[in-house]
Amino acid sequence: MSNTARKNPFGSSLSKTLVCALAAAISAPVLAQSVAITGATVAIGDGSEPVQNGTVVLDGGKVVAAGAGVAVPAGAKIVDGSGKWVTPGIVSGFSRVGLVEVPAVKETNDTAARSPFSAAIDVTPAINPLANPIAISRAGGVTRAVVAPATGTGIFAGQGAVIDLGADMNPITKARAFQYVEMGEAGAAEAGGSRAAMILTFRMMLRQAQDYAKAPASYDGNSKDALLNGVDAQALVPVVTGAMPLMVHVESARDILIVLALRQDFPALKLILAGATEGWMVAPQIAAAKVPVITAGLEDLPSAFEKLAATQSNVGRMVKAGVSVSMGMLTGDDALQLRVATQQAGNMVALTRVPGATGLSWGQALRTITSAPAEAMGLGDRIGSLTPGKAGDVVIWDGDPFEMTSAPVAVWIDGVQQPLENRQTKLRDRYATPTEGALPKAYEW
Amino acid sequence: MKKGCRILLIATLLAGAAGPVAARKDKEEAPASQGPSAEPENPYPSTYHPYGGRPTVLRGATIFDGEGGRIDNGVVFLSEGKVSAIGGPDTPIPADVVVIDAQGKYVTPGVIDIHSHLGDYPSPSVEALSDGNEATSPVTPHVWAEHSVWPQDPGFSRALANGGVTTLQILPGSANLFGGRSVTLKNVPARTMQGMKFPGAPQGLKMACGENPKRVYGSKGREPSTRMGNMAINRQTWIKAREYQKKRAAGKEQTRDLGMETLADVLEGKILVHNHCYRADEMANVIDMSKEFGYRIAAFHHAVEAYKIADMLRDNGICAALWGDWYGFKMEAYDGIKENIPLVHRAGACSIVHSDDQDGIQRLNQEAAKALGAGRRMGIDISDEVAWTWLAINPARAMGIADRTGSLKVGKMADVVLWNGNPFSTYTRPEKVWIDGALLYDADNPKRRPVSDFELGQIGAGDVK
Repeated sequence: MSNTARKNPFGSSLSKTLVCALAAAISAPVLAQSVAITGATVAIGDGSEPVQNGTVVLDGGKVVAAGAGVAVPAGAKIVDGSGKWVTPGIVSGFSRVGLVEVPAVKETNDTAARSPFSAAIDVTPAINPLANPIAISRAGGVTRAVVAPATGTGIFAGQGAVIDLGADMNPITKARAFQYVEMGEAGAAEAGGSRAAMILTFRMMLRQAQDYAKAPASYDGNSKDALLNGVDAQALVPVVTGAMPLMVHVESARDILIVLALRQDFPALKLILAGATEGWMVAPQIAAAKVPVITAGLEDLPSAFEKLAATQSNVGRMVKAGVSVSMGMLTGDDALQLRVATQQAGNMVALTRVPGATGLSWGQALRTITSAPAEAMGLGDRIGSLTPGKAGDVVIWDGDPFEMTSAPVAVWIDGVQQPLENRQTKLRDRYATPTEGALPKAYEW
Repeated sequence: MKKGCRILLIATLLAGAAGPVAARKDKEEAPASQGPSAEPENPYPSTYHPYGGRPTVLRGATIFDGEGGRIDNGVVFLSEGKVSAIGGPDTPIPADVVVIDAQGKYVTPGVIDIHSHLGDYPSPSVEALSDGNEATSPVTPHVWAEHSVWPQDPGFSRALANGGVTTLQILPGSANLFGGRSVTLKNVPARTMQGMKFPGAPQGLKMACGENPKRVYGSKGREPSTRMGNMAINRQTWIKAREYQKKRAAGKEQTRDLGMETLADVLEGKILVHNHCYRADEMANVIDMSKEFGYRIAAFHHAVEAYKIADMLRDNGICAALWGDWYGFKMEAYDGIKENIPLVHRAGACSIVHSDDQDGIQRLNQEAAKALGAGRRMGIDISDEVAWTWLAINPARAMGIADRTGSLKVGKMADVVLWNGNPFSTYTRPEKVWIDGALLYDADNPKRRPVSDFELGQIGAGDVK
């Protein structure tokens, strides 16, 4: 649902199987509605705190207005939001959703490849908008996600995308949104076994990309000194020039400083830090460098030697230091469980009541899973909050969205109301009573 | 991006069972050997002792007693390591005790995690400390998880401070059909595993169905490589175990076999079976196998399809230890749904919330909340206090320790959490945690937060440095 409010969600040549799989989507309206949600607790997603008795107006696929004292336009479909909460759709700051159906079933897992290519790999065509985890995440209130490839050959994994989780065949919000590179323990392993080799590899690859940029025709990817084939060298050119952000997975404080120092040699690098479990230790430097961070939020164990200083206060301390922090699936099921974003955010609020800990206000916490990741991806003007003109990505929740007993009751993406049914809801309904009736369960559908 | 332990080698088992099998004698000293084939009764005895504390009254809280009861504006009195009184606002408060005003707060029994690998798969997750799967043979009932437990795992302290976990069962992983014996620990810091060992708790036997054993051994070109291979090896092993157990019971001399001793103890009801199993059809096969050889299954662990056979679990008295919302990370987890726990509960079977995870164990209350909310939305009306049984008396029963902990009843261990709000809320954290009446975590006192040897002197020690 990238950029239109009106479209055929299926194209023309879908197999019958796909159509059946998308039965729920078929029944969904595909026109962007003029909608006014009234009487709800409304949270904008920009860091401000929720307001009571608010109204959200969508039209033409966009947010028209949101907040208290907003007038309901004539002709809008009115949705009573009393007793409910309204937020922008959740934006997962890091995921691999859509690249995988079942992570441990390799035929369905397109996150990484042993391939002659690395930086040139582009996840865009591999995103499967029909993957069940997309429908399940959508039902959990997630409307957009940052999707990163994983490394298969060397330190560069390739180019990630930002997608929407709508029930249609056009998932891409921004293709080639960033390049992904491993620079911590995993990066050292990919580079042969040491950080020293990793840093040298990184520098030399970027130098060769610069060589490529100067004279593409004379670049010899087959020479014995070439670290990159021509296609990968070409793919790194926008990284060196700063036209494409470079998302660097790094966890430890010292590795973060190594990454920030790369700009001494490559001043145009547009860095995004992913991971940054020890970010709090160097938060002032990250803030001064104006580098956004996407982190896990609840990582509080020294689960690796590069995470010895892990603390639940990492996010709170970085935000306090002025870092723009987003949360995403840096740990756990990055293809499946994007819906735990609200749990991560709620726990940041919980920390404000733990003596000695640093957490976030409610509004700040919501920002880490909405507008902050949108801004980190350069999409702050298009998605991630309920400010006028943003995409009509809206969720109505039956209670405080950070409470685990709450759930979405309605979801819009680009102003189009989305189906919330999926195979989990179908299984739930089939087995509401486990005993079989006159016919086997297989006939109950 | 994180650990592969769950997907690669997850071990899960459960023990279930509404009716606890007779626990081993509360005799913790090791008796002398009685002959060449005699088994020592308890060769690695617990050295745990309660750490003591001042008699304490918690007054004014909402209490979930762990067995489904609720007391508003209640009183709990802890003394000499036990719950010595519990009741409403009129409960007499003795003189000369610490009185904590708990108005607006909640009191529960300590959380029990029936499925943990802390100590066996500790932090940091490096190969040198990876001791949870003896993945060299599919049949390893001779190994004991307690012999892998590293008491310095920082994960224990996080489970205490963030999760209110006071008791946990450490299981071997699920690479093997017979993974080995489990151990139940009190969540107290100690120099040794024995210093954490729950006195008198029965051991468990970890078994595993499905993908893990067949993948681990099939990929080595060995048996089992199929689900039918899994079942065949299981049955062959039980046949041998029956023979061993018969001879042992008859007092006949035979060479000691550690694995057979484990299985004979299962057949005699002394060791509880915790069976990692995801799919409904496989659980049904395992239930039949347990009848074929005459043993009981305490609990199925993970059991993402328990909701499909909740009636069978109820009828066979088997608990289901489950996640709140995990699904789909492997083929046999494909049909996981958030309503699993409430559906099993509604059928009248025993539901348990478990973690199998060093992060999840810090938030089992939130995992329970996910299930509770999902159940309520489909019309399964379960109260908060009843849902707390999933974290308290139900796991205690499946672990054979319900006579000592798992609820706030007079005479039971004073394993207690004071929460700073409703524990089903994401905004709530433990404020104080007592184990056997000893205050071992206090959010208001930095010195009442354990820091393991591994973390001592490291930056970030104790999390909230």
